[in-house]
Amino acid sequence: MTVLNERRQVSNGRRVERGRLSEGRRAERRLGWLLCAPAAVVMVAVTGYPILYSVWLSLLRYDLRFPDEQEFIGLSNYGAVLGNEFWWNAFFVTLLITVISVAIEFGLGLGLALVMHRTLVGRGLVRTSALIPYGIVTVVAAFSWRYAWTPGTGYLANLVTPEQAPLTERASALGIIILAEIWKTTPFMALLLMAGLALVPEDLLKAAAVDGAGAVARFRKVMLPVMKPAILVALLFRTLDAYRIFDNIFVLTAGANETSSVSMLTYNNLIRGLNLGIGSTMSVLIFITVAIIAFVFVKLFGTAAPGADQERR
Amino acid sequence: MAEIVLEQVSKRFPDGTVAVADVDLEIGDGEFVILVGPSGCGKSTTLNMIAGLEDISSGELYIGGERMNDKAPKDRDIAMVFQSYALYPNMTVRENMSFPLRLAKLDRATIERKVTETAQVLELGQLLDRKPANLSGGQRQRVAMGRAIVRSPKAYLMDEPLSNLDAKLRVQMRTQVSRLQKQLGTTTVYVTHDQTEAMTLGDRVVVMRQGRVQQVGPPQELYDGPANLFVAGFIGSPAMNFLPARLTDGKVASVLGDLPLAGPTRQALRDAGAPEELILGIRPEHFEDARLVDESHLASGATYEGQVDVVESMGSDKYVYLPLDTERASTAELEELAADAGVADLPAAGAQLVTRLSAESRAAEGAPVRLWINAERVHLFDPADGRNLTLGAQSSGRAAPSSGRAAPSSG
Amino acid sequence: MATTFGEPTAARRWRWGLLDLAVIGLALVPVLWIVSLSFKTPETLTDGRFIPADWTLENYRSIFDTTQFTRALINSIGIALISTAIAVVLGMMAAYAVARLDFPGKRVLIGVSLLIAMFPQVSLVSPLFEIERQLGLFDTWPGLILPYITFALPLAIYTLSAFFRQIPWDLEKAAKMDGATQAQAFRRVIAPLAAPGVVTTAILVFIFCWNDFLFAVSLTSTERSRTAPVALSFFTGDSQFEDPTGSISAAAVVITIPIIIFVLLFQRRIVSGLTSGAVKG
Repeated sequence: MTVLNERRQVSNGRRVERGRLSEGRRAERRLGWLLCAPAAVVMVAVTGYPILYSVWLSLLRYDLRFPDEQEFIGLSNYGAVLGNEFWWNAFFVTLLITVISVAIEFGLGLGLALVMHRTLVGRGLVRTSALIPYGIVTVVAAFSWRYAWTPGTGYLANLVTPEQAPLTERASALGIIILAEIWKTTPFMALLLMAGLALVPEDLLKAAAVDGAGAVARFRKVMLPVMKPAILVALLFRTLDAYRIFDNIFVLTAGANETSSVSMLTYNNLIRGLNLGIGSTMSVLIFITVAIIAFVFVKLFGTAAPGADQERR
Repeated sequence: MAEIVLEQVSKRFPDGTVAVADVDLEIGDGEFVILVGPSGCGKSTTLNMIAGLEDISSGELYIGGERMNDKAPKDRDIAMVFQSYALYPNMTVRENMSFPLRLAKLDRATIERKVTETAQVLELGQLLDRKPANLSGGQRQRVAMGRAIVRSPKAYLMDEPLSNLDAKLRVQMRTQVSRLQKQLGTTTVYVTHDQTEAMTLGDRVVVMRQGRVQQVGPPQELYDGPANLFVAGFIGSPAMNFLPARLTDGKVASVLGDLPLAGPTRQALRDAGAPEELILGIRPEHFEDARLVDESHLASGATYEGQVDVVESMGSDKYVYLPLDTERASTAELEELAADAGVADLPAAGAQLVTRLSAESRAAEGAPVRLWINAERVHLFDPADGRNLTLGAQSSGRAAPSSGRAAPSSG
Repeated sequence: MATTFGEPTAARRWRWGLLDLAVIGLALVPVLWIVSLSFKTPETLTDGRFIPADWTLENYRSIFDTTQFTRALINSIGIALISTAIAVVLGMMAAYAVARLDFPGKRVLIGVSLLIAMFPQVSLVSPLFEIERQLGLFDTWPGLILPYITFALPLAIYTLSAFFRQIPWDLEKAAKMDGATQAQAFRRVIAPLAAPGVVTTAILVFIFCWNDFLFAVSLTSTERSRTAPVALSFFTGDSQFEDPTGSISAAAVVITIPIIIFVLLFQRRIVSGLTSGAVKG
């Protein structure tokens, strides 16, 4: 059936077409959807449904050791978790690690970015070395640190804390965990920052130098402002990553001495304790916290989502 | 037969902007037509619509008599040369040029022959096995043209193909493009923002502004008889001088004094219902150093005494600039032309007169000069809508301008 | 510190050189330490020296004594390769659409993909654990491959669309004018130009999959699908009394070798990919 209502004959014989895309445009839309569909389906199916399921599970009392005793208990799990000091300890620990490690990583990352970008000698070597912490398996690095800080076996333990076992005390253990995190992820932060650094126009720096700005002034007044969007993106991603810390704690302390993060606690309850109800509750709480952090960054700090810019064809 | 006909073609973007409005154009088989105008005037969009890279919002497009509105670019049998050349970086020159032929599944022998022929015409024979990265700008431009030519299409579309070349090369390539087109005899639609290219290359020129056609015609016609302020100011370099003026019984009064008007001119003004306040347009070459004009001519024009500001001696002519004690003439069209030239926000203390005198003139900076104005060649424009009120009443020897529907001239 | 204009004088080169050494040292010390441990004999294991007093290959031999570690390696390699292949293919299609085509829902896709990148993976562990148990996917290769693909896709799409955007748009127009359909334009013009980007993305995704611990430790339980990092963390020594440090270190080094190779061979590409092409090396 031709779509007669979409073509009108105007009195002087001209035809005006409205609302109908040409073949080319329609084909393009179809192709666009077709190409995106598999990726979109996978992403949404594997996260969307489970997250909803997880919310459902969090409303049950469901312990896999007693699978027949499931029952709906509404928000009691939330009450149990939020009223539990283990949770708040883990929350505090996670927050502490996140804030400290991101702050230090940012400073070090900025310095590393500068070195990787502008060094006059051995640029390839520096970049290759810097990529190793990024690429190395986290647990491998964690074991390296664990053995390094084990009294007797480890060179660091013998050098820095010869009389103690630093992994067995809360404060020092947290310090070691933070150090391990920083070592592992500073290169990634540095790379994200380097992307911003590379966009600083050389001419701008030269103009500033001619205007009398020294190295520090050029850094503060020219580089940092131009890098601001990249910095915000880097901070956002690293903060969310840091909040999810798991691997290092698992290997270094297994969460002993109240060094568990929220992820560690969830793992313990879920996989070790086989308590789906509580585990799911924690999962949902973590999800909400992450959403809040992201929201704060995007709305309050104005972080621009990368890749969301529209370009005119 | 490859005529290209546009009937009331318009382009509306989803956000409401109208890029092209009701363009009527008939391009004859083998004709070389130039679309020219400032950036944003719609010339590239029009070209893209002919190519099929943009959808036509309303109107009809015919190529070779066939309606092409809904056809994909590859089914229109036209070739395009891009401003950026768009050469495939991972293919050699030979592979670049044979790409369209390979897509059309021609046999190897034919492909080889056509590529060799085209390479010969464009003097690319030595470069066939190089990759685009190893070519100079001019060579890349020739390869881009070669890729278009090798297909022997119905028409060529060229989108500012010379803009990325440096000035000297551009002049050289201009003549080559012109020669090539005549040799091949294929219909060509060429887009440029450079009015010099428009004047030198086209059989006919289409001046566009804000999505609409301002005037269509052979270059000389546009130069001698611009239909409105915009065309008058756009075509010709240095640009026409525009001054506020007033009509007073048989004369035109402006800061240059009183200019006598010939009979036909006065008649044309009356017929056109001219207002009292007008804009006077005089091209720089219609001034001359009064000392070099013989007595018989002096009377047919007017003279003006002024103080010389700057003299640019070109060798063949002298460009003499004089300050004028008057406000700059200002209408929407003139502001747009100024914006396009980038001078819109320069503080103009007053207007400036640009004149082109012969090289023998002894005008000197800071000294007074007496200028003769050829009153028969001035134009008068209506400030309200910019139209040229003196069209058709100019001195003999000039072709009558085309009518509204831009059909190719039979000559 | 920031910029130096003018000739690279000897003094400047020395300064940068020292900084370089500091970076290289800090980056490599933990790696060298674990390598050193892997060569230590059981007696000298606890002597706290950085360089082994006594060298041995016994640790490496012992980890391959049982099939446990070998099997874990095979799992890791297989799962990472399959996940990478699928993620890159799906990501390539979506990235092309996002970078070059215009269609409604484009921004939604980008938004969703960003959300997933920021997602706390642990939140998925609970439901996935249960769902996979019910579907019989628990402790299987697909059981890990699916979450890996899901979390690798944002990275793949982001990196690939940055590469696709760098390809001049005009080339596709030219191909269309030359007579190509959209598919032909993609195959013959765009794809060859995108190849380097695809390689880089594959490397980044592989590193991501190889590195994962949380999903692997939660969604596997036997050597059927346990990956190398997990097997490593559950190592015990030859006997109950044996300190597993040596074998764990050896296994750790073995796991790290592919990464070192990738980084050495592809440093430029990786840096370029992670900085969205801003830094070309």
